[in-house]
Amino acid sequence: MSETLVFKRPDMLRNVGFHYCPGCTHGIIHRLIAECIEELGLSDKTIGVAPVGCSVLAYDYFNCDMQEAAHGRAPAVATGIKRVHEDACVFTYQGDGDLASIGTAEIIHAAARSENISVFFVNNAIYGMTGGQMAPTTLVGQKATTSPHGRNQKYAGMPIRMSEVMAAIEGAYYIERVMVVDVKSINNAKKAIKKSLQYQMEGKGFSMVEILSTCPTGWGMTPLDAVEWLKKDMVDYYPLGLIKEGN
Amino acid sequence: MEKRFMKGNEAIAEAAVMAGCRYFYGYPITPQNEIPEYFSWRLPEVGGIFIQAESEIGAINMCYGTSGSGARVMTSSSGPGLSLKAEGISYMAGANLPVVIVNIMRAGPGLGSIQPSQSDYLQATKGGGHGDYNCLVYAPTGVQSAVDLVQLAFDKADEYRMPAIILGDGVIGQMMEPVVIQEKKPIKVDKSWATVGWKDKNRPRAVINSLSLVPSELEEWNLNLQAKYKKIKESEVLYETYNMEDSDILVVAYGSTSRTIRSAIDENELKGHKIGLFTPISLWPYPEKELKEATKGKKCVLVVEMSAGQMLQDVKLAVGDTAPVHFYGRMGGIIPTAEEIFAQILKLGEVL
Amino acid sequence: MNIKMIFAGYGGQGALLSGQLISYAAMLEDKHVTWFPSYGPEMRGGAASCSVIISDKRIGSPIIQSADAVIALNQPSFDKFEPFVKPEGVLIYNTSMTDSGLKESRSDVKYLGLPISDMANELGNLRVANMIALGCLNELLKCAKTESIIEALKVRLGEKRADLIELNKVAIEKGGNAAK
Repeated sequence: MSETLVFKRPDMLRNVGFHYCPGCTHGIIHRLIAECIEELGLSDKTIGVAPVGCSVLAYDYFNCDMQEAAHGRAPAVATGIKRVHEDACVFTYQGDGDLASIGTAEIIHAAARSENISVFFVNNAIYGMTGGQMAPTTLVGQKATTSPHGRNQKYAGMPIRMSEVMAAIEGAYYIERVMVVDVKSINNAKKAIKKSLQYQMEGKGFSMVEILSTCPTGWGMTPLDAVEWLKKDMVDYYPLGLIKEGN
Repeated sequence: MEKRFMKGNEAIAEAAVMAGCRYFYGYPITPQNEIPEYFSWRLPEVGGIFIQAESEIGAINMCYGTSGSGARVMTSSSGPGLSLKAEGISYMAGANLPVVIVNIMRAGPGLGSIQPSQSDYLQATKGGGHGDYNCLVYAPTGVQSAVDLVQLAFDKADEYRMPAIILGDGVIGQMMEPVVIQEKKPIKVDKSWATVGWKDKNRPRAVINSLSLVPSELEEWNLNLQAKYKKIKESEVLYETYNMEDSDILVVAYGSTSRTIRSAIDENELKGHKIGLFTPISLWPYPEKELKEATKGKKCVLVVEMSAGQMLQDVKLAVGDTAPVHFYGRMGGIIPTAEEIFAQILKLGEVL
Repeated sequence: MNIKMIFAGYGGQGALLSGQLISYAAMLEDKHVTWFPSYGPEMRGGAASCSVIISDKRIGSPIIQSADAVIALNQPSFDKFEPFVKPEGVLIYNTSMTDSGLKESRSDVKYLGLPISDMANELGNLRVANMIALGCLNELLKCAKTESIIEALKVRLGEKRADLIELNKVAIEKGGNAAK
């Protein structure tokens, strides 16, 4: 009997185990990015920037040159890299605390300068790494360790729709929101990620793909319940689809 | 060589360009604005990049990315901006990244004022950011000195893979003096650690990072930093002395203040007292042994600063009980005059 | 030689520039020189100033407490810097821009009040007032040769504005003659 390899780890991912919780979709997103870089033949010219948050160890997973940035500063670090290596493929991988809270100045001004980079923004509506605190993207009513009775709009305001914010910036070329909960949505997400990298290599400027992601641990749900909550509640507030293309 | 007549701030920028710096990221703040202004037209001339960042935080993190990519890079600011950069400086120190950072000090705390001061000494020499780290700190005494130290700082930052700070003040930044700026070829260092894209598989994958979640590994990382700092303390001390022979009072001052002391010495007959001047040029590493040696046989030491007495702490540690240490300082952006320092010295003379 | 001078006036009157020119001229003659400006909001109060020291020896502090000469191109500058003139020092001031009731309050200072702005207007360009004042000061203190100042001007003006050199030269001479 002969064996045929039908599914393997992309070479762009290192042979180390992820530290992510069961049911978390970071792993899928890592894989999609790795596949796209490989398929576009960019493996040896990619420089990635890891954030602070759950994906803080991303530099250990992507099999390319990597820089680990301070919390929220990945777009500034990526700027510093891209201005030296104009032909490199430079991406940042950022969570919602990193990008939508502490790093709002950096992300907005990277877009304003139309830095020619790809930003992969993983929105799971919570601070995962620090133990489930309220994020700028936490939905109204959603419980977190710093909003134990659910996010109260009166005290904490409304969650930020970052893709819509970014689309308002002239320098942003491509903005799309996707999710990774089933085959169809994963395929869509991959298309968006690939498009972002292609646009970068064509020199189109700043692009960002927002990927809605589950956090069963932080949300206090089973992975399946988390998927259902994402599809219903999150998508309701964060509509999927292309938000901006061209400028 | 051609002598030019330049402002300290402009000369600092040109010295960097002539030392091979092609990247500058900064944010406006007085009294250092001539530095980013100069780079904004000069760097494009030589194929370099100038970005006016969204903030000092953005600027220092752009430095992180560029330095991690293997290129020489500079940022500059003044006190309040350095407070914002502290985070990035700690990360760069932790990740072993070279960078040259200029602080043209103004009076604090808080918004303070834009007039000259030396009240960021402790911030520069003792950290400013979190963790056990140090930066090389050089204090210029004039425009030519600033030029020479900027060029030295780039080499030393590369050699030791760490941030180097040029600690000037509003006087150094704003004054004009004749200056010669020569091209200085960067020292040859191995930068195979830089992220350039992993084409060359003969080298390990480049990862710029200061995270280490295993305590024993992080301790090891720290011990390596400390070993580097120890070596620097032994070999990178810089200082100047003036009028040391037979002097009985030793004045210790750095930066523009040391020039005021020089005026006080040159312009006054000190009623039988001879005054020596010790000027630390490297504030970290601090010339501890050299200062202690210089105080031997002196009746007393007078430290003069534009602060409440920040370097004073290092002087006391260095001098120990070799000689009594006195202090005179002005704050709020007031520059002590040669006359008032002279009066302080006379007062000390009477006590002796 | 160790000369300390303060140049002051409204922003735009060219006090800082004339200070730079005499500094540059002295540098061309291999003197030690420092130039230090007032900066920030102080500049907007009517007395933008710079301190210039020219010396045979290495210069200590660039800050001046006691000046050999002060040029005050307006009233606020006169008021602010009159106390800075050292005994037997000179205070050159611009009577076109100072109050008619101005009082020369010190007995140990040589005052030289000249209608500097009017003199510049006579030359057809108010903007050379600073050069008239500089010519006057240089005649009294002999900081640098006139040729050196002209050299400094050439560097400063560049080829595009080289046509202004003759006018500036005349202004320096006019100031010098007024001091004689």
